Amino acid sequence: MFTGGCEWLRSEGDDNDIVISSRIRLARNVAGFPFQTRASEQDRKAVCAAVAAAAAEVFDKKKYCCAAVDAFDELERAYLVERQLISRELSQSPGTRSALIDKKEQFCVMVNEEDHLRLCAMTGGFAPYKVWKRINDIDNKLESKLDYVFHRKYGYLTACPTNTGTGMRVSVMLHLPALVISKEIDKVFRSLQKVNLAVRGLYGEGTQPAGDFFQISNQQTLGKTEEELLEKISTMVPQIVNYERQAREYLLKERKEFLFDRCGRAEGLLKTARTIGTAETMHHLSSIRLGVNMKILDGIPLTVVNELFLNTQPAHLQKIQGKELTSSERDVVRADYIRRALSEV
Amino acid sequence: MKCQKCGKLATFHITELTNSKPVEHHLCEEHARDYLSNSSGSPEPVGNLAAMLSKGSPKPVSVGKAADELKELDQQTCPVCGMSFYEFRQTGRLGCPNDYDYFPKQLEALILNIHGETQHIGKVPKRAQKGTNRKTLLIKLRRDLEDAVLYEDYERAAVLRDKIKEMETECQI
Repeated sequence: MFTGGCEWLRSEGDDNDIVISSRIRLARNVAGFPFQTRASEQDRKAVCAAVAAAAAEVFDKKKYCCAAVDAFDELERAYLVERQLISRELSQSPGTRSALIDKKEQFCVMVNEEDHLRLCAMTGGFAPYKVWKRINDIDNKLESKLDYVFHRKYGYLTACPTNTGTGMRVSVMLHLPALVISKEIDKVFRSLQKVNLAVRGLYGEGTQPAGDFFQISNQQTLGKTEEELLEKISTMVPQIVNYERQAREYLLKERKEFLFDRCGRAEGLLKTARTIGTAETMHHLSSIRLGVNMKILDGIPLTVVNELFLNTQPAHLQKIQGKELTSSERDVVRADYIRRALSEV
Repeated sequence: MKCQKCGKLATFHITELTNSKPVEHHLCEEHARDYLSNSSGSPEPVGNLAAMLSKGSPKPVSVGKAADELKELDQQTCPVCGMSFYEFRQTGRLGCPNDYDYFPKQLEALILNIHGETQHIGKVPKRAQKGTNRKTLLIKLRRDLEDAVLYEDYERAAVLRDKIKEMETECQI
């Protein structure tokens, strides 16, 4: 199971106080097979086999794992979802499907998700072009062995017309607590919507924002080149980053007591709590992350805060404990884990 | 595409079939509502697909067809995968690559709504594309084979099986 890697979490990369990670996914389908809604089990198996065979030829076998999703138990699947290596849809949908995961967690390929292939690459901080180089290279390698469905007019055809064309979704995960506190976040959303960029929660489509994390991604996938789509995100994200920085400066200047109180209370609460749920944890960790980045709180490294966000998620906690836990047991274990992590720094 | 009445973004594409020749209207939501409330046929609720495809989208997406035409359209079925347009409207997902060519007008209007463009200008796979269309045929042959087995038409099934094998070798699947 993947325990190291998770490059996107290491708080490296440009603007890492605000930009958590940059991800790109490409949707591809293999010629000769129907899309998922019409695929038989035989079709699904054949697609999985074709992708596995292509991957074995083009990737270094020592550097990735390829497995059927059903080979993982429910807890392991939830763990992979929390690490953003597979989607909830791939984890929960029926039928033969597989995942190919880079051991360094720099890329993954989901087979038989909404499309036959969903290639994803990710890195920490703001680096969409670096991720594009990585995913494009993976795409080229797989394409040298697989026949993708390609249409002269509509580009790479996908099961849902919302993804056709480049099949590319660039998403940047941002931590925007000051914009949430100062209630400016809605303005940001409205301006992003005007330029056709989508805002989603931590775990992508249909998820609620938690811990003041937001994913910004392109809606349009057709009629623009990959470079143009990258440029759009690359122009907009620094503007939001600046806006968040301004909001932080404003809070420091105009609402200093409130800000120090909020960060201090969050640290105090997490250092002493004996039982705590995921949502409350995310809320306070967000304040601690803000405090660390604004140098309000001393002595807590950003990597420790980032790791706490991940390791306090339900499946991660159970993995760390090595056993299944009920919700109330998890709350106790979570509080204990956080107390230890924060007292060790 | 702009609304013919006011110049706003046209999100409804209506084809009028009451006259001898079909007449197309491209309208914004407001003028489309006016138009549909004045025309005789009541508009088919296009909510399902619209709601789904516009989830998280800043602008509403709709197929925007008048009721009668939509009803007729819903019953059309892709000969390759068997997907009906109604099914697509319900699920928002297509059945096979051929659907893009089998429902060209409807999908073009939808794609224009979603992306504001209808021509891909990005990356093109380097591998020769000549076998791809033939491979789409394989989808149909495999479906036919399933039917033949289901109806116990073993003679036809044998012929289809040979044909599939021949094509798979040819296309190296």
